[in-house]
Amino acid sequence: MCLAIPGKIKSIELQYDGRVRMAKVVFGGIVKEASLDMVPDAQIGDYVLVHVGVAISIVDEEEAQKTFQYLSEIGEIDELVESCQL
Amino acid sequence: MKFLSEYRDPQLVEQYLNELHKVTTQPWTIMEICGGQTHSLVKNGILDLLPQKIRMVHGPGCPVCVTPLNLIDKAVYLAEEKGVILCSFGDMIRVPGSQKSLLEAKANGADVRILYSPLEAVKLAQENPTKEVVFFAVGFETTAPANALSVVYAQRLGLKNYSILASHVLVPPAMEAIMNDDEARIQSFLAAGHVCTIMGLAEYYPLVEKHKVPMVVTGFEPIDLLQGILMTVKQLEKGEAKLENQYSRVVKAEGNPAAQKTIEQVFKIADREWRGIGTIPNSGWEVRDELAEFDANQKFTVNIIKVPECPDCIAGLVLKGIKKPYECSQFGKKCNPEKPLGAPMVSSEGACAAYYHFKNVGEMEMAEA
Repeated sequence: MCLAIPGKIKSIELQYDGRVRMAKVVFGGIVKEASLDMVPDAQIGDYVLVHVGVAISIVDEEEAQKTFQYLSEIGEIDELVESCQL
Repeated sequence: MKFLSEYRDPQLVEQYLNELHKVTTQPWTIMEICGGQTHSLVKNGILDLLPQKIRMVHGPGCPVCVTPLNLIDKAVYLAEEKGVILCSFGDMIRVPGSQKSLLEAKANGADVRILYSPLEAVKLAQENPTKEVVFFAVGFETTAPANALSVVYAQRLGLKNYSILASHVLVPPAMEAIMNDDEARIQSFLAAGHVCTIMGLAEYYPLVEKHKVPMVVTGFEPIDLLQGILMTVKQLEKGEAKLENQYSRVVKAEGNPAAQKTIEQVFKIADREWRGIGTIPNSGWEVRDELAEFDANQKFTVNIIKVPECPDCIAGLVLKGIKKPYECSQFGKKCNPEKPLGAPMVSSEGACAAYYHFKNVGEMEMAEA
């Protein structure tokens, strides 16, 4: 149920009463519509996390790198701790 | 796909597993709250790759599974007796009520529709001005903004034929209930990444503080889960209990303020009955009184009798992490995805369905023995 998938905003248009920013979001070739009401700063080209037709977060590119750096960082910290203990 | 494929990289998975095997020295029990995480763990074979000392227990984070029987009966009644267009997510349509599921009601001629989003239900109401459209709005905090937005849009459009049958549940009260259950014995939690995307971290600090349990907000891809488990085990091994955020590319400390505001506008806190678990105080949301015209519960009079659960189904024990799905005498026998006895066998997030689809039952029993 809480499944949400990151996709790239391709275009934005106004729908419903003309006040709702709806985006066309591309997920690896598949295009779905999503409301941008919960992410008012989102722009074309941004990656947003979409859940049941509503974008709920803009993916933070900088933070996204942290998972790849985590192991080398904890390795360096462990080495530092060990060298301090010697 | 960007932000997805790179979190499935086999080499990095191996590096995380090596580190996890290196740091784990004692047996630990970790509960992942969210059913989406359960499925990812089982489907990607992660449970079999973890150090044997780590025991993952699957939590109640499957909204379809905890939606009370009585409410499903109510939805069936609305579809069959009140002639409404009853819409919901695919999983919800297949969960058995006391007599039948919504899918069976549809087969009998009721107008039941499977939708991807509640916003589509608003469009459906616009297109069918002479019919009542009811969206069966289940979900945790993640889904609440979408369900709330459907009410906001319907109100703005002046629609008089749209309402939601809300069954909204909240994660922190469920965690509290699990921690207070002596049988559960959970030592740490992977908190649900998308729930925290909406609500932020604030409400989890008191739980960590009170119960002295490590908690790591975690994503859903294999590497997210392995990093979340590694961060948790490192805390457990050091005897720490902190709240950490593995899923920072999506989850901000404050959550999503626009979403919280929309939820606040449409819903109020209420006691909720959780299927298989019982009533938990202040554990859900219902539609605010001033929006009663959009609340199917208030809009329609429904006279149905409350029926007890199927006695063969141990869903409650599975949802609290006390029993594994294959410990149920009916697992894969009288109960299977084609003909489920309980909701966890139906939902794409239910633990029983995950084990049925992706695990070999014989192997499971041997591993446990």
